[in-house]
Amino acid sequence: VAKFELMVDGKAYAVDADPGMPLLYALRDDVGLNNPRFGCGLAQCGACTVLIDGDPLRSCSTTLANVMNRSITTLAGIEKDGKPHKVQAAFIEEQVPQCGYCLNGWVMTTVALLEKNPKPSDSQIRDALSGLKCRCGTHLAILRAVKRAAMA
Amino acid sequence: MNLHFNRRGFLTASGSLTIAVALPGGKACAAVANSRAPLDPTRLSTYVSVNADGSAVGWIGKVDMGQGTEIGWAQMVAEELDLPLARVTIVQGHTNATINMGGASGSTGIWRGGAVMRVAAAEARLALVSMAAERLGVPANALEVDDGIVSMKGDGAKKISYAQLIGGKHFVETLEWNKEIGSNLAIKGKATPKKPSEYKIIGKTGHRRRDVVDKVMGRLEYMVDVKIPGMLHGRVIRPPVAGAVPTAVDEASIKSIQGAKVVWEKGFIGVAAPREWDAIRASWLLNVTWSDVKPPFPGVDKIYDHIRAAPVIKRDVDKEKGDVNEAFAKAVKVFEAQYEWPFQSHANMAPACGIVDVQKDGARIWSATQKPHYCRDGIAMLLGLDPDKVNCVSMVGPGSYGRNDSGDVCMDAAVMSRALGKPVRVQGMRRDGTGWDPKAPASVHTSRVALDADNKVTAWYFESKVFSKRDAFNNEGDPAFTLAGQLLGAPLKPTLIFGGPEESYGFPAFQKISNIIAPLLDRASPLRTAHMRDPGGPQVHFAVESFIDELAYFLGVDPVEFRLANVTDARDKAVIRAAAEKAGWQRRTEPRKIANGDVLKGQGVAYATRGGTRVAMIAEVEVTKSTGRVWVRKWTVAHDCGQIVNPDLLRLTIEGNVCQSTSRAIHEEVKFDDKAVTSVDWLTYPILDMKDAPETVDIILIDHPEIPPTGAGESATRPTAAAIANAIFDATGLRMRRAPLLPARIKAGMA
Repeated sequence: VAKFELMVDGKAYAVDADPGMPLLYALRDDVGLNNPRFGCGLAQCGACTVLIDGDPLRSCSTTLANVMNRSITTLAGIEKDGKPHKVQAAFIEEQVPQCGYCLNGWVMTTVALLEKNPKPSDSQIRDALSGLKCRCGTHLAILRAVKRAAMA
Repeated sequence: MNLHFNRRGFLTASGSLTIAVALPGGKACAAVANSRAPLDPTRLSTYVSVNADGSAVGWIGKVDMGQGTEIGWAQMVAEELDLPLARVTIVQGHTNATINMGGASGSTGIWRGGAVMRVAAAEARLALVSMAAERLGVPANALEVDDGIVSMKGDGAKKISYAQLIGGKHFVETLEWNKEIGSNLAIKGKATPKKPSEYKIIGKTGHRRRDVVDKVMGRLEYMVDVKIPGMLHGRVIRPPVAGAVPTAVDEASIKSIQGAKVVWEKGFIGVAAPREWDAIRASWLLNVTWSDVKPPFPGVDKIYDHIRAAPVIKRDVDKEKGDVNEAFAKAVKVFEAQYEWPFQSHANMAPACGIVDVQKDGARIWSATQKPHYCRDGIAMLLGLDPDKVNCVSMVGPGSYGRNDSGDVCMDAAVMSRALGKPVRVQGMRRDGTGWDPKAPASVHTSRVALDADNKVTAWYFESKVFSKRDAFNNEGDPAFTLAGQLLGAPLKPTLIFGGPEESYGFPAFQKISNIIAPLLDRASPLRTAHMRDPGGPQVHFAVESFIDELAYFLGVDPVEFRLANVTDARDKAVIRAAAEKAGWQRRTEPRKIANGDVLKGQGVAYATRGGTRVAMIAEVEVTKSTGRVWVRKWTVAHDCGQIVNPDLLRLTIEGNVCQSTSRAIHEEVKFDDKAVTSVDWLTYPILDMKDAPETVDIILIDHPEIPPTGAGESATRPTAAAIANAIFDATGLRMRRAPLLPARIKAGMA
C-alpha cells in the first residue's frame, strides 16, 4: 500500500492504495465519485473515461502513479457555475442517453475533441469517437449532439 | 402526505409526512411500502394514488430500461386524470411498492403496462368525479376536470380539487382482474377511457424524459453506485472448461489479501473482500483445482453441422394452413434455401451488478434486472423465504435487452451473502458478462416453396432447427434458471420453445415448424439460452425475408412488388409501400450492382410484424470490394405500432433498435472452442463502431390513434439483417445466407 495525492475536479485527495490499483477504483471507492463507471476494465469501451490535463483517458487501465500531480476531470466536474457544459447541454437537448451507462466516454471525448478542433467534420467526429461503445445504439443521437455542441 | 419521486421512483421530498431519504433506495422504499395499501391486483390503490397536494403517482410493476417508457406511462396516467404531466410521477419495479406486471418483457411496456395504467387512471378519475358530485351536490355529468380541479360546467365557482377529495388517502375502489400476474395482467373498470379526439398529452411531441439530465450531468445513481454499510465485494470464479466444478481450493493462496474470504458450496466458488480491488485480486489469485470433464462443445466452426445433425427433441407446428405435402408432391418446381444465425450475447455495456443482504428472516436485493419481481421470487426460493419477506429495489443498470446476466449475479450475491452473513455486491469482469451471460440461440432455417406451371407459389414450408430460445427461461424466478442455482444442484427445468415467423404472406398452403434440439451442455453452460431483444425474431426473419427476396428475383419480380402482391394485411402493405416510396425504391428484377470504383451500392427491403406492430425497412448499403466491408449508409423505416403515445421517444427507440440490430447483423457472433466461450471482450465480440453508424435513419411513423398501442421496443430489430443481406445482393449479386455479414465472408463470396 502506498500514498497517492490526486487532484480531482479541482479538489485534492490523499489515497492509500495498492500501487497496482487502477485510478477508476480510487475515484469510485476512495474519492467517492460515482460517474466514472466500470465497463470492461480493458480500455475498450470508454465508460470509465476522465480527462487528464484535458486529454481523455481510460481510468480503468491507468495506474495512480501515472496521474499524480495531474489534473483529473470527471463528467460531474465539467459543469460551470452549476450550468451544464455545452457538450452536456447538447446531449440533453438531443435526449441522447438510453441507459446512459456509456456517457462518460462520449461526453468527455467530445469535450476534448472540441477543445482541439472546434468545428470538426462528420468524419473527424466519427474518427474521434471511434472505439467508444454504446450498446443501446444511440449513435445517431450522439452525432447530432456533437454537431449541436460544435455549433454552440 | 405527498410523495414525490424521480428516476425509478426514489422519494425526493415529502409533505406532511417526513421521510428521511437516503440513497440508495432501501429506506425510501421501506417508507413507500409503509404508505402503500396491500398490493392486490383488484385494488385501484395498487396502481394509482393521489398525494395531499393533488399530484398523482402511478405505480407500475414494469421497468423502463432506458427507452423512456416512464414518460409514456406518465402521459397515459396524466391524460386520463386530466392532470398536467409534471404532476404525475411513476414508481416502477420496486417489489414492495408495485405488483408483478412482468417487468420489462416482450415490448409490453406501453402495450400491456400502459393499458393497465390507462384503465386505472380512468377509474380513478371516475371515482374522483363521483366523490365531487356528492360533495358539491350536483350530478356527475354536470362536472368537468381541469388540472386536478373538478368543477361545475358553466359555474367555475362550484369546484373541488383532487387534493380535497382524496389527497394522501388510498382509493378504496376495486377493479375486475383477469387473474394473471406478470406481463399478461389486465384489469377492467367501470370508466370509459378518453377517446383519442379528446387527447391533450398523448401523441404530442415535446414530452421529455425525466432521467436524461441526471444521466448527462453524472448525477444519476446507478446500480453499480449503491453502497450498503458492511457490504463485501464478491466475485464468482468460472471454470476453464464449461461444466467443470471445483474439487480443491487452496485458501492460503489469497491469505495476503486483507479480509478476503472464500465461498465454496458444491459447484459454486466465489471470493469476497471489503474492497472491490481486493476482491478482484483474490479472484485472480485463488488457486482452484477443477474436475476433469470432457470438453462439451463442438467449436463455433462446427456449430451449424452440429445443429443439422442433432436429433430433434421437440417438434412444434407454429402455424399451418392447407395440405403442404400434397402441394409439394404436385409441384412443377421447388425453390429452397437455407440460412444460418449464430449465438449472440447481450454484451451489455458492463457486466451485471447486484447486491443482496440476507438477514435472519428476510432479504434485501438491489438489482438492475428487468424483472425485479422474479428476481425476488427466485432468491426467496433459494433462501426458503416467503417472497413477502424479500424486497428487490429496482436500479438503473448498463442497459437491458432481454434476460442478461443481471438475474444471475443477484443469485450469486444471495449465495455469498447467505454464507458470509453480510451484504454482498457482485459485479463480474468483462469476461464474466460477455462470456457467461445467457445467449440468444444459434439456428439453421430451411425455407422452400412449391411452384406450379405458372410459377405461382402453391405452398411454403419453413423450418427452424434450433436450440430452445429459453432453456434458462426468460427470468430468474427460480434458482434452477440461474448459474448459481444450477451449480448448487437445483433440478433443471428447461423450457423447449422457439416460434415461427410473424408476417401475412397469403400463400395457399403453408407449414411453419420449430425443430428444437438439446442444449450443448445442460447445466451451468455459458451457451445456455434466454430471451434477447426480439427472441428468435432476428434469426427467423433473416431467413424468411432473405428467402422472399431470393424467391422474388428467382421469379423475375421486383422484391417490393412481390411483397405487396403476397402480404394480405392492409397495414402490412401500408408500411412496405411507405418505406419504398420514402426511400425512392427503384424497381428491379436483377441485382443492379451499381459500381463506383471500389464501392458497390445496393438497396434491400425487408418487413415483419411483431405482436401487432408492423415494420418495413429499406437498407442502402455500400460494399467495399477490396475489403468486403459493408456500410449501411441510410435506413428508411416505416413503423406502425397502432396508437403513438410519445412520437419523439418512439423515433429514438426505433433508432436504437436499428443501430443495435445492424450491429448484430454485421458484427456479432459468439465464438467458442471445445471448452469455453472465447469471445469475451469488445475485441473478440465487437459491436457497431461510430465509424460504421448509418448517416441517416429516415423514420416514417404511421399513427393509428384508434388502435390500442402495441410494442415498439423490438419490432425494428426484426427485419434488419435481411434488409442488409438483400441490399448486399442488389449491390454485388452475392447472396449472404449466414449471419453475421462479416467482411471476410463477403469478400470470400465475391472472389
